[in-house]
Amino acid sequence: MTIESPIIKFQNVDKFYGNFQALSDISIEVQPSERMVICGPSGSGKSTLIRCINGLENHNFGKLIVDGVEIFDGSKDIIRLRQEIGMVFQQFNLFPHLTVLENLTIGPIKVRKVSKTEAEIMARKYLDRVHIPEQAEKYPAELSGGQQQRVAIARSLCMESKILLFDEPTSALDPEMINEVLDVMVELADTGITMVCVTHEMGFAKKVADTMVFMDEGKIIEVAPPDKFFSKPESARCKEFLEQILEH
Amino acid sequence: MEPGRSKSFKGLPVRQPPAINRFLSSTPVSLVIYCLIVYGILYSSFTGAQAMGYNWQWYQIPKYIYSYTDNGFQFGELMLGLWTTITLSFTAFLLALAIGFLVAFLRLSGLFIGTKIAISFLEFVRNVPLLVLVYLFYYVLGPVFKYDRYTASILCLAVYHSALISEILRAAINAVAQGQWEAAKSIGMSKMQTYQYIILPQSIRFMLPPMTGEAVHMVKSSAIVSVIAVAELTTLGQNIISDTYMAFEIWFTIALIYFFVIVILSIGASQVEKRYTVIN
Repeated sequence: MTIESPIIKFQNVDKFYGNFQALSDISIEVQPSERMVICGPSGSGKSTLIRCINGLENHNFGKLIVDGVEIFDGSKDIIRLRQEIGMVFQQFNLFPHLTVLENLTIGPIKVRKVSKTEAEIMARKYLDRVHIPEQAEKYPAELSGGQQQRVAIARSLCMESKILLFDEPTSALDPEMINEVLDVMVELADTGITMVCVTHEMGFAKKVADTMVFMDEGKIIEVAPPDKFFSKPESARCKEFLEQILEH
Repeated sequence: MEPGRSKSFKGLPVRQPPAINRFLSSTPVSLVIYCLIVYGILYSSFTGAQAMGYNWQWYQIPKYIYSYTDNGFQFGELMLGLWTTITLSFTAFLLALAIGFLVAFLRLSGLFIGTKIAISFLEFVRNVPLLVLVYLFYYVLGPVFKYDRYTASILCLAVYHSALISEILRAAINAVAQGQWEAAKSIGMSKMQTYQYIILPQSIRFMLPPMTGEAVHMVKSSAIVSVIAVAELTTLGQNIISDTYMAFEIWFTIALIYFFVIVILSIGASQVEKRYTVIN
């Protein structure tokens, strides 16, 4: 396989909230089909970083290119580009007034202009993949947190995107539901889709990540393949962080 | 009835509230107090009317509501007035909704000029008395733009209520969780699509309760256009009184008619509300 151009490319990106610098001088590349896991303490800018990729946040300096399109505030291409980028949120953000099936089909029908029957066939296929085909007619509020998050994953899959972003997908879940969501994510990782995950689930990271990224105070401190990242991290800060979360 | 009567408890019963509280909040006592107050009002108005030698003519009232003549069943003057009140309020409400949406979206647009226009409109309408607005729309804008008193009353009521409605809409739209916007964006929806499919359907349940209040308010404030002699319920009532001097009977009747219309409206509204309840 020849070396492809990166599907996501940050070049010296800075992001400010007023005077607070959320991202400073971020330069990183994600290759197609790469599975990147970003970790770091809270407030380190990892969510901001991932939210810049589909333009939910706009960076202030530097260059961010996703799937060959430069991202900036007011860009006309961003709406089209977002169809290529699925996102799974910490709080699920399902549409409470729609059934599970409608949650999955509204994007394809209204945005991609797929016919209703076609969209429903696809939606059921992905519900199958996240192991909850029997919940299609229910409303999100009738499901457990883990099921809701799996519906949210199926919703982003229905857009048939090239990139999947996970923003702490298991942080709002009860401990016994975390695994059912992680299992689905592991299965997805095998399909060859590009994944960028912000998560503290290091077991998951060890299993699927091609690249580990550690962030602190808006900066990328360490980028390494997982075996190296977990066995001998270079920076002291990263080492300290890993000791903290791997202790338990 | 004591809670959990059929169950057995180990703990002792909790202390009762003081006897005076229990006495005052018991149903029979409340009922007696209520009846005394109603009786007091009715009695004093009746004796007051007797004392001033008022000649009650309740038997005259039905013909203003309906009549049955050789020509068959006919609605009386008050019912024609009520019909005008209803059509007037309804038209004005629809127009107010349209203007309200426009102003709310201008305010939410994030455009500097849009926000400023919306806020100036709101401040102007909210800080001018409704009566003055009526005069303004009829005596000033009427001749300028050449419209009649009926149009003037619709425009005036619509503008007045649109300010309140736009605030209701804005609050209801903002009440939908921010995450819904992000989720809609992340599946590639445009702003319009997000409003249409995600935000507005969810904000309906936030806007319905205050909106029905606004509809009731509209029917009530429509009475004010009697000052420019639009032939609605209040105006026709005044006309009948100036012909017959039956002030007490007519005003009582008109108050009752408004009361019934608004009660029916409220019942309908609560039915609609039930339909739009979303479990979260």
